[in-house]
Amino acid sequence: MRRSERLVLLCVFATAGLLAPLRLAAQERVPSPEAAQVSQELALLRQEFQTLRETYEARFADLESRLAALESSAAPATQQPSATVPAGAAGAGGPSGALPVYGGASALSKVFNPDIAVIGDFLGAAGSNPVNPSPALEMHESEASFQAILDPYARADFFMAFGEEGVDLEEGYVTFPAIPGGLLLKAGKMRSAFGKVNPLHNHVLPWTDRPLVTENLVGGEEGISDAGFSVARLIPNPWVFLEAAGQVYRGDSPGVFQSYERGDLSYVGHLRGYQDVTEASNLDMGFSYAHGHNDAGPGFTSDLYGADFTFRYRPLRRAIYRSFVARSELVWSRRDQIDGRQGAFGYFVSGDYQFARRWYSGVRYDDSERAYDRSLRDEGYSLVLTYWPSEFSQIRGQFRRTSYAEGEDANEFLFQFQFSIGAHGAHPF
Amino acid sequence: MERIPFNFLGRVEISAMRTTLLESWLVFVLCLGAPAGAQSKLNVVATTQDLASLTEDVGGDRVSVEAIARGYQDPHFVEAKPSFILKLYRCDLLVLVGRELEIGWLPPLIQQSRNSRIQVGAKGYLDASLHAKILEIPTGQITRAMGDVHPQGNPHYWLDPENGHVIAKDILAKLVELRPNDRAYFEQRFADFEKRLTEAEKRWEEMMTPYKGIDLVTYHRSFPNFTDRFGLDIVGYVEPRPGIPPSPRHTLDLINEMKRLQVKLILVEPYFDLKTPNAIARETGGRVLVFPPSVGGVKEVTNYIQLFDYDINLLISAIKEVGATPN
Repeated sequence: MRRSERLVLLCVFATAGLLAPLRLAAQERVPSPEAAQVSQELALLRQEFQTLRETYEARFADLESRLAALESSAAPATQQPSATVPAGAAGAGGPSGALPVYGGASALSKVFNPDIAVIGDFLGAAGSNPVNPSPALEMHESEASFQAILDPYARADFFMAFGEEGVDLEEGYVTFPAIPGGLLLKAGKMRSAFGKVNPLHNHVLPWTDRPLVTENLVGGEEGISDAGFSVARLIPNPWVFLEAAGQVYRGDSPGVFQSYERGDLSYVGHLRGYQDVTEASNLDMGFSYAHGHNDAGPGFTSDLYGADFTFRYRPLRRAIYRSFVARSELVWSRRDQIDGRQGAFGYFVSGDYQFARRWYSGVRYDDSERAYDRSLRDEGYSLVLTYWPSEFSQIRGQFRRTSYAEGEDANEFLFQFQFSIGAHGAHPF
Repeated sequence: MERIPFNFLGRVEISAMRTTLLESWLVFVLCLGAPAGAQSKLNVVATTQDLASLTEDVGGDRVSVEAIARGYQDPHFVEAKPSFILKLYRCDLLVLVGRELEIGWLPPLIQQSRNSRIQVGAKGYLDASLHAKILEIPTGQITRAMGDVHPQGNPHYWLDPENGHVIAKDILAKLVELRPNDRAYFEQRFADFEKRLTEAEKRWEEMMTPYKGIDLVTYHRSFPNFTDRFGLDIVGYVEPRPGIPPSPRHTLDLINEMKRLQVKLILVEPYFDLKTPNAIARETGGRVLVFPPSVGGVKEVTNYIQLFDYDINLLISAIKEVGATPN
């Protein structure tokens, strides 16, 4: 029923209610000219009400018969009620056409479920490593992601990392992609924009592990990952793509930063420059800075400076068969601690070459001092071979030789199965 | 009493100055904020060169169009390069193929574009597939065991010229919505394009009529709309499943099937490796055609109508050469 119709009905009922006592009073009294007039009006009103009722009864009957016809024609088609994906739901990730309904209160709301994917990361290790041993076999991480557009102004992304024993919120943030001033605002828990390796999730790394410089200076696998705000802005200029990001975090990133009171925030800044060299190759450079309190005790701070370089080559015509990526990242750490300031340095250089549609090979050289003692220096070499049976699974082997500062040498063979189910995520770049 | 006129005058001067300042500031802000003025061109980014060509056909010199993916590039595997972010940052309209063709690279580009005009569902976001005829929409259970299947149907729908009309019409509606002052111009361009496309369609139909029912093999499932329109039959694919590279077993099966059905033609998109198709052609006495599915796939093809001209001529000359006959 339309709103105006409902209003009319309401008015009619209200008038009838108001007039009812009046009618009683009129019957008791001796008829007077005023009473005659009132009864005349009353009769008129009654007549109007009657016609109204008749029209509505007719309409209701019509509607009921139509409903019945609809039900009878729909009933034999499917036993379960179904919802239809709107034609414009591109990127919703779901199948088009009829979706089954599982007894929810509102069937259509399922269309708005986030894109869900789970990525399994199974790791194995052979050989010996007395300094930093990893288990022989391990379901290292199962990452569940939930991603959706929130409203016309924002989107939300959640990444839950299920280890063998516990669950960890790897990332969970809201992004406002189009706020005034050309800003990209994020709020929540995030992997910070320090360098190139730190923001990457495990499953998009080109190796089974993270480089030694990440382990020693930038907090290892967790890295600088914390709750806070991030603001990034493009810096328009006629020459290159330039993006500056500023981030403020609570100050807790185990292994790097530790917050003792509310004021102990940590800060990360990143400047990224990118330029296409040809249509097939490009250069990506970045400079990063991070500051925060460290685990040496209240009042002690750490500063991290980073530089990263990436060169990519991928001929467009043969894009799915050949590619080459060279990466390097350098990190300087300045850490205040009880015995004074420690300045440590580390870096890695790596190259990955795709030589067939599903095959990648890679090398990496690692060299890094340790944040708390620069005289301890670790060095490593890796050879990597990766095979992709399909876009959704990956098998990788890595030979790694590490010379630890303790004087121990470790030769290891690491292997990894990665497999992804659910929504198709974006390809990393 | 003497001070009052002085003050009064002073105030007047100040307020006059303020007005001019305010005015110039307003003018400045309006210049910045206005959609680059009515005279300037509408900036359009299309995800493929096909859509760029159709947008140019309708938009003419009132729009400036850039494409992201090149015609000789696999549109499923475009890299989300920051240089594309810059293109999206500046554009007023994004035209995309949709049906999850760009799922691997467009969402992060849109997200990082900082452009509210082209966010999903905004005025400047045009999914060109909404009214097109879409084939191969999976029904029933779909799993990734079927390969990289597109749940919303085959996204290569622009290869049916009938869909070209539909896409151009959607583009027209969008351009008129964004630039109502240019309605007459766009409508005239659209009518002109419709006429040219309809004439061309008649020509293509005539050319292809003798070859209806010819069997062929394609590498990827890029051509169902094309073969559907022109009455060709696809009997197999070089890929065992969408997105899965050829396996020896499947290749052998395909060779046997092609021999059995006397199939001589193998259509390969310009971005696939020719090794397996060539081997199949040697075994079956067939011919491999590097068959562009998109504008820009080969140098000669620079617009939507030329794409069909090129493909149909290529196909017919190959059919004549191998002497294929309809089954």
